[in-house]
Amino acid sequence: MKHVELIGVSKSFEKQQNVLNEIDLSIEKGEFFVLVGPSGSGKSTLLRMIAGLEDITGGILKISDKTVNHLPPKDRNLSMVFQNYALYPHLTVEQNILFGLHVKKTPKKEQQKRLKETADMMGLTELLKRKPKELSGGQRQRVALARSVVSESPICLMDEPLSNLDAKLRAHMRIEIRRLQKKLGLTMIYVTHDQVEAMTMGDRIMVLNEGKIQQVGKPITLYNKPANLFVASFIGSPKMNMGKAVFSNQQLIIEDKLHLSLDRAEAAGIPKDKNLNIGIRAEHIFPGTHDNTTHELEVINVEQLGNETLITFEIGKELWTAKWLGQWNVHTGDKVAVSISMKNMSFFDADSGLLIKPASAEREQEVVAI
Amino acid sequence: MASFSLGKTMKYILLIFFALLFLMPVYVIIVTSLKPLDEVSLEHMWALPSSIDFSSYVQAVKELAPNFMNSVYLVIPATLLSALLGAMNGYVLSKWKFKGSETLFTFILFGMFIPYQSILIPMIQFIRSIGLYDTIPGLVLVHVVYGLPITTLMFRNFYANIPDQMIEAAKIDGASFLGVFRHIMVPLSITGFVVVAIWQFTNIWNEFLFAVTVTTNETQPVMVALQNLSGSQIVQWNVQMAGAVIAALPTLLIYILLGKYFVRGLLAGSVKG
Repeated sequence: MKHVELIGVSKSFEKQQNVLNEIDLSIEKGEFFVLVGPSGSGKSTLLRMIAGLEDITGGILKISDKTVNHLPPKDRNLSMVFQNYALYPHLTVEQNILFGLHVKKTPKKEQQKRLKETADMMGLTELLKRKPKELSGGQRQRVALARSVVSESPICLMDEPLSNLDAKLRAHMRIEIRRLQKKLGLTMIYVTHDQVEAMTMGDRIMVLNEGKIQQVGKPITLYNKPANLFVASFIGSPKMNMGKAVFSNQQLIIEDKLHLSLDRAEAAGIPKDKNLNIGIRAEHIFPGTHDNTTHELEVINVEQLGNETLITFEIGKELWTAKWLGQWNVHTGDKVAVSISMKNMSFFDADSGLLIKPASAEREQEVVAI
Repeated sequence: MASFSLGKTMKYILLIFFALLFLMPVYVIIVTSLKPLDEVSLEHMWALPSSIDFSSYVQAVKELAPNFMNSVYLVIPATLLSALLGAMNGYVLSKWKFKGSETLFTFILFGMFIPYQSILIPMIQFIRSIGLYDTIPGLVLVHVVYGLPITTLMFRNFYANIPDQMIEAAKIDGASFLGVFRHIMVPLSITGFVVVAIWQFTNIWNEFLFAVTVTTNETQPVMVALQNLSGSQIVQWNVQMAGAVIAALPTLLIYILLGKYFVRGLLAGSVKG
């Protein structure tokens, strides 16, 4: 069932036109849907319009097949978790959690029952009598989540809830939120600028840029088949290595520096007369062995992460990063052998930014089923 | 103890000098109010009373008691009403952005700059036409209206420091316009209320011009009555002084008891806590 549906939704402010432009979107019941994009892309605005905190300039918003454009937030039956938690400082944790139920005049017995369940679930039973200023960041986050959970609304909106937490806590909370969503069967709409959160948490993700949808789909699809240059460079860490490419004399020349011999099969279907950009993922610049080395490149930076090594090369005007598993004894200034092949490259139209041909190795690979 | 530096000594001398300057009139008032009438004279104004005589206080209380009560009936409703209305105005103007809200706020602010004297005549005419002339409720109305600009300003600035997201969270939780006001804004602005209450109390209690034009004789508040407190042939200075002390007492007490909240409230939100 389509739980939340946006049809041609646009948003303009007095000072800024077309912050969001003709957004078409539908979210299924029980889905964990992530809106991801850089700052200013309009993702928070979109979330706030679904919540009812911003007016919808154009288009239709439907929740459970009912048009709700003019319905106030409290009648939309949803809950929201904010970036800085927005807890009520003058109330205790218990009162904070029960605020919504209290205002909606839920019977006391029901309030207490839900409070107990939620406090147990979120591990807040010990903290019920404290005030927000006596809690740590992670504890405050859990209270904000509890406030959302206790309302038992089927739709939960989250606006960058983990941005204010440190990296370790963020990683832990990612798992907690996902488990919670699955357990309660909530439809969750989650806004973030962090593509790692998007990739790890979403059933489907939507990349937004400058108010327009760039791509919607499963995270792994966006990784393997980015629809345009923006999605390609946004998703994936380290960033996808990009470069200008041109076919000439039976060769593919990248950034006027890197020459690759033309593979007829791979080059088929790519228009030779257009301006091309290619992209190759860091993990596809392989360490060169005795028989498959294609190039020798000079290292300009090395990052040892313990489980992997990131090596940066200069390719024309671009900096390319290779990700090699393990700890490699490479230093700045060394010339290392690498193996780069056309079948790992995605081709893009430089003028429109659109994908012409994804990396075929990805196409063959799919996701291995156990 | 180490010797004071020259700078510190100078500072103390200066402070003591100004303290004495400010306390001199207070000294004269208290000392004169405790003297019997025959001891009161310009030549001996600095002299301490020969004996502590509270008879001037007794007389002052007798004469001023009804007017004192008038002041009380005036100040308490006027302060409460102007604070409540100012809070609602401040809430709407800071949290509910509607078209023209900034212009409306500027217009309300202009009210603060209108001199009392310029609107005196139309105000009297209006009060008379609605039958509230020479009544305390009439004076309450005048002070509530006149106090709206300043109370609105104070509350609006206070509420601007409450994060919008908290209001939004309450809206999503299901609170209506008044619900948000009652459950969130008011509890968080107790300090704001104290500041506004102290401010309004002091201003309305001490205010003279409106009081003297809107009310007469029995309905006059204590400040006006104090002016009229003269003997038939000679001025009874000791009674006058006693009256002044009594009239000044409420505001003095307010400041002694609540003064620290005033400063705290004024500075609330100036540093991110």
